[in-house]
Amino acid sequence: MTIMIDTGNYIAAKAAVMAKPDVVAAYPITPQTTLVEGIANYVATGEFKGEYICVESEHSAMCACIGVSATGSRTFTGTSSHGLLLMHEMLHWAALARLPIVMCNINRVVGPGWNIWTDENDSISQRDTGWLQFYCSSNQEIFDTVIQAFKLAEHQKVSLPVMISYNAFILSHTSMPVEIPNQQVVDDFLGKRVPQWRLDVENPITFGNIIGPSGYYKVRRAMQDAQENAKKLIPQIAKEWKQKSGFYHGDLLELYKCNNAEYILLSMGAIGAESKVAIDELQKKGIKIGLARVRTFRPFPNEEILKLGKRADLIVIDRNISIGLEGALFTEVKAALYGKSDAKVYGFIAGLGGKDVPYTDVEKICTKAISGKAKEYEWYGVKEV
Amino acid sequence: MKKYNVVTTISYPKKGAMGKTGNWRVFKPIFDKTKCVKCLRCWIFCPEGSIKREKDDTISIDYDFCKGCGICANECKVKAIIMEREGKK
Repeated sequence: MTIMIDTGNYIAAKAAVMAKPDVVAAYPITPQTTLVEGIANYVATGEFKGEYICVESEHSAMCACIGVSATGSRTFTGTSSHGLLLMHEMLHWAALARLPIVMCNINRVVGPGWNIWTDENDSISQRDTGWLQFYCSSNQEIFDTVIQAFKLAEHQKVSLPVMISYNAFILSHTSMPVEIPNQQVVDDFLGKRVPQWRLDVENPITFGNIIGPSGYYKVRRAMQDAQENAKKLIPQIAKEWKQKSGFYHGDLLELYKCNNAEYILLSMGAIGAESKVAIDELQKKGIKIGLARVRTFRPFPNEEILKLGKRADLIVIDRNISIGLEGALFTEVKAALYGKSDAKVYGFIAGLGGKDVPYTDVEKICTKAISGKAKEYEWYGVKEV
Repeated sequence: MKKYNVVTTISYPKKGAMGKTGNWRVFKPIFDKTKCVKCLRCWIFCPEGSIKREKDDTISIDYDFCKGCGICANECKVKAIIMEREGKK
């Protein structure tokens, strides 16, 4: 085991290379650039022994990954914002084809105007593609989640692609110490991919041929079942990883000081980590509040959120907005409680366009909700007009 | 043949996997062996592999899978294949 002090992107590159993909196909985009640069550097040093395909667009990157994965090989890519959106069609394709591609998405604002800072609208807008979605809040979590993602994606009960999102600059370009296990540990944990199907000249099949309504219906249902299976497998795989590496990042929700809480704050990504400081400060003031950081947005942790909603009122911070409705996490948290809990749920939009959300803002949001002065749904830090 | 358990859009090769597509036909190719000069243009151009090459380099037509596109008749320089509307008689 070694300690590596590096940025989220270089840590993700390290994790990806240690998982030994046969092929990486990627196109650079800020703020993902240093991730693919990191992998390119491992090609130069000889540490990465797979093929690196420099493609001409993100659409091509995902197409290349689909082709590689369909031959039964392991593949990885990374992107961000507009790059992710350019992949959109092929994201559906990869999931419907049940190909276990692993991809890092660095959460960045969608333009116009041109803005490279963080918010979650890029990945939230891809939520219905069938990909599993993780949101990380530290570089150690990025490392552990990338390694675990290969195992999860390739598991015969899942066989779906996995997207690991983390915030632009706050994580992608910020150095933190990360414990890196020996290569042998990763090799033992992941093993070789056993494909659920593959293009093989010895056993010819046709893939993606015409399929009638009832057949297609079954394909969709099987994807839903696979995501449900993933809910159980995510903590199971994380426990196995902990036994080998010593680290545990594996619950659908990371609970922080939720015992006896009358209010529970829900958020994702870096705001989730920042919120821990706010929770500490609020508890010092005698407020019974805890934090549930949502790690997996797909599969969505309905059952766990309902458990929280049965014992506390919920405050949701969204760094995204489904224009015409409200924050996506807010909507889904309420849906998880519907008819089964009478908890109050407060929704706040914060940090769009990369606007900083320090713990002091999180404290103010929570204080406003608890005081009863908050509307059911608010934009934090924008003057009402 | 190896079968996969995963539920996705995989189909396995077998003759007539999509049914006998010959019933899509509106026009039917009729072959006249007496006119055939064995050039095999029809055999080369048939997009469905529905023209069978015989040992003497004349041809026969597999009506189970011929969709009646008429390419063979169009390519035949000696009019040894003509197209007739199905159910004409």
